[in-house]
Amino acid sequence: MCGIVGLFLKNKVLAPQLGALTAQMLQVMSERGPDSAGFAVYGMGAPGTVKLTLRADEETAAHLAIAFAGRFSIPAELTRRGSHAVLVVPDMLETEVRFWLQAEHPGIHLVGSGRRMELYKDVGLPGDVAARFGLDVMTGTHAIGHTRMATESSVTTDGAHPFSTGLDQCLVHNGSLSNHNAVRRMLRHEGLSFETENDSEVAAGYLTWRMREGASLKQALTDSLDALDGFYTFVVGTESGFAVMRDPIACKPAIMAETADYVAFGSEYRALAMLPDIEKARLFEPEPAKVYVWEH
Amino acid sequence: MPDIDLATSSVRDLNAALHALTPKNNGDKLSNETLWRVINPGGKHAIAAGLDFPARIEIEGPVGYYCAGMNKKGSVIVHGNAGTGVAENMMSGEVRVKGDASQSAGATGVGGLLVIEGNASARCGISMKGIDIVVKGSIGPMSAFMAQAGNLVVLGGAGENLGDSIYEARLWVRGPVKSLGADCIEKEPTGEERALLADVLGRAGINGEARPEEFRLYGSARTLYHFHIDNAGAY
Repeated sequence: MCGIVGLFLKNKVLAPQLGALTAQMLQVMSERGPDSAGFAVYGMGAPGTVKLTLRADEETAAHLAIAFAGRFSIPAELTRRGSHAVLVVPDMLETEVRFWLQAEHPGIHLVGSGRRMELYKDVGLPGDVAARFGLDVMTGTHAIGHTRMATESSVTTDGAHPFSTGLDQCLVHNGSLSNHNAVRRMLRHEGLSFETENDSEVAAGYLTWRMREGASLKQALTDSLDALDGFYTFVVGTESGFAVMRDPIACKPAIMAETADYVAFGSEYRALAMLPDIEKARLFEPEPAKVYVWEH
Repeated sequence: MPDIDLATSSVRDLNAALHALTPKNNGDKLSNETLWRVINPGGKHAIAAGLDFPARIEIEGPVGYYCAGMNKKGSVIVHGNAGTGVAENMMSGEVRVKGDASQSAGATGVGGLLVIEGNASARCGISMKGIDIVVKGSIGPMSAFMAQAGNLVVLGGAGENLGDSIYEARLWVRGPVKSLGADCIEKEPTGEERALLADVLGRAGINGEARPEEFRLYGSARTLYHFHIDNAGAY
């Protein structure tokens, strides 16, 4: 089943409420996906830096700041949120930090990275997951969330959405893909690496690969219509944008609301019911096999 | 007139109260309890599903999935939009949606009348089995898939693959049809069929807005009824 929510703000006035609204939307979608949840929030980023969202046990995380300062001779800009932590690193150190983490801290898992994106996911009821990370106080320009009812792979934090395979890129998926093993093999040949056996991670990887080869987000999604076989509603986030696409028979539900202030996505209307001025919003269902993109 | 506020009471309580309405404890004459008002529906699912009594339920706002599903004798009015499967498997009675309806509106409906005053999305009337559906706006792709009986009347246009693998339902569309599905063709309506359409329009309260002669009729070419050896390669 699974539930998806997304909120893309057109009016900055709502930015302080982004997390609170997303948390409410996510909570309503619990019945569609009670086993795990996750969300990506596009907040502020400092120029010349990259945010690495990491997952680590408490002890490892506690030592990370000291180890980082010792290794790179600069203080670690580290913010802990539940089982995750966001480490802000200068652009020029990014690759080095990634290798260092991999080599010296195998217990730390890189969940996602971006100039603005932070990505959190965990097993448990969506409301509890949102509370663990303090989603309700997060701010930003857009956010994407997912509530999971696992079908294609096991219930683990790694199997929860969103999936990120590129800088500031993330994808959530409602549905199931039937040719993900073949596509994963093809993408591995192209140099991509995958952390799970999950079908949705393959969809995220496919888009990352297309965009790496020069395609726009819209073109990458259009290409995926031919490449991916199965049922899907995708919601994709990038540093400045937000995209939605459903499979050619629109198997999985989707409804959108647009006002002068925001564009919102929900698997069901219930998830949008609490948004400001929803009664005045233009409500519509995305058409099958049509790519919708909004950008700042 | 009972007023139910779904911000404070549950859909289960509402439906239990509606299911308790039986001819046995109310007799056949109308009492105050035949008019119900539901406020703050908030897109919740299965509101007023499983009615089996000639009550009138006014819902003041948007509803979620399967609103008025399996309806028998009841009259349900939604003052808002409806989610997936409104009036699915309706047996009799009337359901009216003042706004738009999501996919699979009136799915597998056996009888009664479903009126959607806005647009309906994909798979409207899928597998309909005798229900009459009137949509004032347009309908989405794959509507009336495997439709078996009844009338689907659309004042606007229809999306792709209308009436794919249709049996014997009549599909009346006034506006453009993007494409017809397998085994669905345009047909010349008989005078009797036009009269049936006029009756449906009249029952839906559409008088003057649309005339029966403005609609084109689509139905089954009846070539998929039986297995044909020439199609063996397709299996």
